[in-house]
Formats: sequence, C-alpha cells, structure tokens
Amino acid sequence: MITMAQSSVFQIRTEDAPKLPAPVSTSGAVGWMRQNLFSSIGNTVLTLIGLYLAWLLLAPLVQFALIDAVWTGEDRQACLAPEGSGEHVGACWAFVRAYFPQFIYGRYPAEEVWRVNIVYALFALLLIPLAIPKVPFKRLNAALFLVVFPIVAYFLLTGLVVGGEVVLPIVETRIWGGLLVTLVIAVTGITASLPLGILLALGRRSQLPIVKMFSVIFIEFWRGVPLITVLFMSSVMLPLFLPDGMTFDRLLRVLIGVTLFSAAYMAEVVRGGLQAIPKGQYEGAMALGLGFWQMMRLIILPQALKMVIPGIVNTFIGLFKDTTLVLIVGMFDLLGQIQSAFSDPTWATPVTGHTGYLFASMIFFTFCFGMSRYSIYMENLLHTGHKR
Amino acid sequence: MTIRDNDGAAPEARVSLVNDPRARGIFFQVLLLAIIIFVGWTIVNNTIGNLQRQNIASGYGFLDRTAGFGTSQSLIEYTESSTYGDALVVGFLNTLLVAVIGISLATLLGFVIGVARLSKNWVIGKLAYWYVEILRNIPLLLQIFFWYFAVLRAVPDKRSKWSLFDTFHLNVAGLWMPEPIYAPGAGIVGFALIGAIVASLGIGRWSRRRQEATGQQFPVFLTAIGLIIGLPVIAFLAAGMPITLEHPVFVETGPLLRQGFTLGTGMTLIPEFLALTLALTIYTSAFIAEIVRAGIQAVSHGQTEAASALGLRSSPTLRLVIVPQAMRVIIPPLTSQYLNLTKNSSLAVAVGFPDLVSMGGTVLNQTGQAIEVIAVWMAIYLSLSLITSAFMNWYNQKMALVER
Repeated sequence: MITMAQSSVFQIRTEDAPKLPAPVSTSGAVGWMRQNLFSSIGNTVLTLIGLYLAWLLLAPLVQFALIDAVWTGEDRQACLAPEGSGEHVGACWAFVRAYFPQFIYGRYPAEEVWRVNIVYALFALLLIPLAIPKVPFKRLNAALFLVVFPIVAYFLLTGLVVGGEVVLPIVETRIWGGLLVTLVIAVTGITASLPLGILLALGRRSQLPIVKMFSVIFIEFWRGVPLITVLFMSSVMLPLFLPDGMTFDRLLRVLIGVTLFSAAYMAEVVRGGLQAIPKGQYEGAMALGLGFWQMMRLIILPQALKMVIPGIVNTFIGLFKDTTLVLIVGMFDLLGQIQSAFSDPTWATPVTGHTGYLFASMIFFTFCFGMSRYSIYMENLLHTGHKR
Repeated sequence: MTIRDNDGAAPEARVSLVNDPRARGIFFQVLLLAIIIFVGWTIVNNTIGNLQRQNIASGYGFLDRTAGFGTSQSLIEYTESSTYGDALVVGFLNTLLVAVIGISLATLLGFVIGVARLSKNWVIGKLAYWYVEILRNIPLLLQIFFWYFAVLRAVPDKRSKWSLFDTFHLNVAGLWMPEPIYAPGAGIVGFALIGAIVASLGIGRWSRRRQEATGQQFPVFLTAIGLIIGLPVIAFLAAGMPITLEHPVFVETGPLLRQGFTLGTGMTLIPEFLALTLALTIYTSAFIAEIVRAGIQAVSHGQTEAASALGLRSSPTLRLVIVPQAMRVIIPPLTSQYLNLTKNSSLAVAVGFPDLVSMGGTVLNQTGQAIEVIAVWMAIYLSLSLITSAFMNWYNQKMALVER
C-alpha cells in the first residue's frame, strides 16, 4: 500500500482527520448562554430585566436573613439596633432559637416531650419506607402506618391510665401546639378521610339511586363551603348537635370537621382514578365471578388508588396548608404558636414579626415543596402503561 | 327482609333472595336511608333541646333587630343603627368586591407568569418557576399575615405618607386616592360606554359573517378599542365634563390630632382590604400560572407546524390556533380557581376585614344564632359554587371537542 501510495499521484488518506471540538460559541457555558440568554436583542433585554428583578428580590432577603441577622442573644436587646444609629438589624434568629421548643411542641410539658419525639420518629420510620416504591413489605408497612401507628400515637400523645395506675401522665390537648398540632391535624385528616373518600367515590359511581344521591349531595356540600365555616361549624354547632352534657375535646371537634371536609375532596380524587380504569377490568372481574366488594378490593381499587397517588399527595399538601386556619377558632398550630410568640415583651422588636413569618414560611415551604416534588416523581413513575 | 320481587320475574334461574342483586340493592338503600333519618332526627332533637336550655329562639327574626356595631368598609349605607340583615348584606357585598377584584388581577398576573414560565429565556423561565413554587407552597393565611402585619404596618404613620404621581398616597390608614364625583348628566357617559360595547359586539358579528361570505377582513379590534374609548370621551366632553375628581385632603400643620388625611375626603382602601386582596391575588395567580402553562403545553406542536404550513404568521397562529385550543383545557380548572379564591376570601376574618364570614361571626357572637348564621354562610357559598359549576358544565359542553 505504502509504496503504491508513494508512487501514485492520487492521495489517499489512511487515517481520520483529528476531531475538532465544536466552536466555542455553540458549546459549553458560552454557547449555552448565547442560546438561552442572549439569542436576540429582545432576549438580552429580558435577561437583564430578569436578573435585575432577581437581584431586587434576593439581595434584601439575603441581607436580612443572613448578613445582618442576629444569631445569638438572651432577649430583645440583642436584636435592637444601637439607639439613634438608624441602622437596620436583620432577622432575629435568637428569638426563633429561644422559642424553638414551643414552635415544635407547643406547651407540651418538657419532661414529657420524649413522647412526642417517639411519635415523630415512628412517623418518619414508617412513612419513609412507604414512600419509596422499591422497599418491599408495602402491605405490612401500610397496615402498621394506618392502623397500629395511630393507636400507639394516640396513647403516647394523650397519655395512658390502666386501671387507675398512671402509665403515661395525661397531657390535655389544649396545651398541645406548634408543629405537633399541624401534623396531628393534617395526618389524621388525610388518613381518616381516605377510607371515607373511597366509600363516597364508590357511592357516587353506584347504580343505587339513594346511595348515589347521598354521595353527590355530601361531596358537593363540603366542597362548596370554605373550610373556615366548617371550622366554625365544628366548634360552634357540633356541641349543639350532641345530647346535653356530652362534650368533645376541641381538637377532636376540629379533626371531625377537617376529616369530613377533606373526605369530599379525596372522593373526587379517587373518582378520577376509578374513571380511568378501563371497562374491561370491571368486565373481566365480573366474568371471574367476583362480587362487588371482591372486585373492588382485588381488581379495581389497587389500580385506581395507585394511579391517584399524586392526587392524594396534592390533597394532603392543600390540607397541610389549610391547617393554619385552626388558629382562627383559637387553636395553636405552627403559625398560631409563632403569631402568639410575637406578643411576648421579652422579644418585642421591630424585626420579630418578620423573622417569625420568614421562619414559618421556610418550614411550610420545605414540607409542601418536598411533597409536591414527591408527587411529580410518583407521577412520572406511574406514567407507564395507562397512558395511551 | 320482607321485600320480594317475584311479580313478573322470569320463572327460570331463581336465586336466593340474599344473592339477588336487586333485593340487596333495595335492602342497602333502605338501610342507608334509615341511618340518615335516624342521625338527622337525633341531631334535630338534640339541637332543639339544647336551644331550649340556652333560651335561644330559633328563626330569622333577629335579622330585623338593630345590629349596633359599625364596620370599616361598606358598599351600601350602613350605620350602627342598621339591622343584622343589613350587616350580612354588607358582608356579602364586600366578599363579592374582594372576589371580583381578586379574580381580575389574579387572571392577569397568572397569564403573564404562566407564559413567562414557558419562555425560552432561561432567567425569565426560572424566575417564573420559583414565583409559582414559593407562592403556592406557603399557606395563604401566612401570606395575608405577612402583607397585613409585616408590610402594611411598616409604611408611614398617619401623619405622613408615601405618594405616587401625587395621586395615590399610602400610609398606615390605607391607600388614599381621588374619588370621582358624579354631577347630573354623568349617566350619559355610562350609556355611551354601554352603547360602545354593544356596537363593538355587533360589528364583530357583522365582520365575521362578511368574512365567511366574501373573505374580506375588517379591523374589528381597533374599531372596538376606538369605540369603547372614544364614545365615552365624546359624551364626557359633550355633557360639559360632569365627572370631577375629589382629591383626599392632607393636613400637615395644626393640632396633632387633625394632621394627616381628613376622613371622608377622596377614596380610601383600608389596609385589611389591601392585604387580603394582595395575598389572594398573588396566591391564586401562582395556581393560574400553572393552569395556563399546562393548557398551552397541551396543544401539540403539530398544531403550530400545521399553522405555519398554512402560511399563518406567529401572531395569528397564537390567536387562531393555539389560544382557542389551550382555552378548552384552561377554562375548567380556571373556574375552580375562581371559586377557590372566592371561598378563600373568607380568611378576611383573620385580619378583620368585614366580609361575609367576619360580619356573620360578629352577628353570631352578639345574637347566639349559630345555626341560622352558619346556614346563611353555607347557603351563599354553596349557591356561588353551584352557579360556578353550572357555568363550567355549560362551557364544557359548548367547547367539547366535536369529533367525527
């Protein structure tokens, strides 16, 4: 070959030319910026306006929350600007630090707080494997979470007296508060409303006219009224409905209201799942000779519920945010507890309120954003098969 | 079980009554009905007993009694000597006011953010993304508190102000602005506006029919804008300018108590109203933005390509191809957001804005007529939601894809 090539006038390339990298202007960071930020004059202007807006919003926030912030201190003196200096002090994190136990446990007695901690730990321990699709024993896990955990948590939180002997001292619900109340309301509301919602959804699709009418009226009624009026109703009207002398704990009254309210929303979510099941599944189940409940339990509901996990999570996010409304009927959830801490004269400064709201926003955002990410993740995971 | 259905039943395949689906259906429904009636009867019975013990007369007679409490904002004439019924009407109108203003602003803002979310510009897209994520993941009540306690309390005190164009003034007492004063003859301007709107609609129909018949186009949009702005202006000038602006009076000198804005001059938006409307608008706009984004993304790319293959430019493509199809997806969830905003306006009670729930709460506390007041609340919110869902169903039927 070589001799031929040397003796010939033709030139044959025997090896590839070296691969050149793509031009700098179309690849890497520069290329990306040219494509996404500065592709035209209008785009450049937009980018600059956007950056300016971001700067306007972020700079004061960082200044307030981090740079000018006061991290330690015993009382309001630490968070006050020097007299007459005209300076601004940033977030008073010392206040949040001092009140942190109250924000998390309310006025739960300090020597009993370990009980709340166990409940929190159990909750996390059972929820995390339930939320990760790959972990096995889902059925057992769900049973533990939905049946055993509520009972254990109930006795741990409220106390236990066996035959006159105090095993766990009674802690009344009116001194509960903070994140504890928020989580108790949200989690109880969602777990209790799930079975109720499933029944209502089945009822709404039922062929029995009275069952169907009852479900429709129930669902539309609760979905049509604001949660505030439901809470007012449960705290003012529910005592009127009960026989004389029979009273309910206030937390329980709120829980009943919240459960009925979210059951209606849950029913609509579940109904969406039921509607998405192809008719062939029903027909197949019937052809196998399954009765209605067997068909639902073994064939329809497992598919339908799996499909609406994102919807359930979204309902939960809504409920979690709505728990803040209980402060209007005089209970202290996380926001209520923070709001009530503002009135403490030891920490009264011009920045206490801002700090408290910032802290509350961060907690709520972390929870809700995390859950919505999870819901999107599940949606992508479940996207297989059913979509055509 | 005594129910039998052997009249006219086919003689073959006699199943036991327990396994007959019809008999079972009837049995369970009778059971459900019995439970409902029993629970309802118990509740009514207990309630009557409890009310008698507390000496509360039920019924709506209290609506005619004098309320004896004032309000910070009212759209109708309302004094302390007005009745409880008036108080509830004031609350209802305030709820509607917040809802209407909130809905219009939230729609505008939501559409802008929703489109920005789809922007090819990375910075704008990310900004819109974080706007949506942050605002919809923070409870509305917290946002209302933030605007009310943290922002609107940090503005100048009663004796000073921040001014914009020397027309809008903000201080702790609220947002002050000029109030239009209608002299006799101002009605003509209103009639001119209505006339212009009717004429624009007529022209729109005429031009569509002409285009379908002849293919000729007519600049409907420009004509309509011209009519709607021009006609009232002409009427305004012709009637001798019957509408004047009354600016709020700001006193800077004199006794301390007199300093600041003089009450009753100009128009004031109270801080409770501002905080509630701002929070509702911004919170709902985040949800609307997501709906708009999903709606636009739901229109497949092939539609855009087909439109450009037909020779449409980008503006008519958007107007004639994308938006009508996106609207079909957008409208149903949008209506339910409107409904949510209306229901969420009941959070007014947390900052003391006199809406339906807040006024009703005061009435409830003063009279003890819990059942009646809560029934009024539920009836009003329920009818609003039923009207909305009726509209939604009608719209869905009208817009449903007619397939071959």
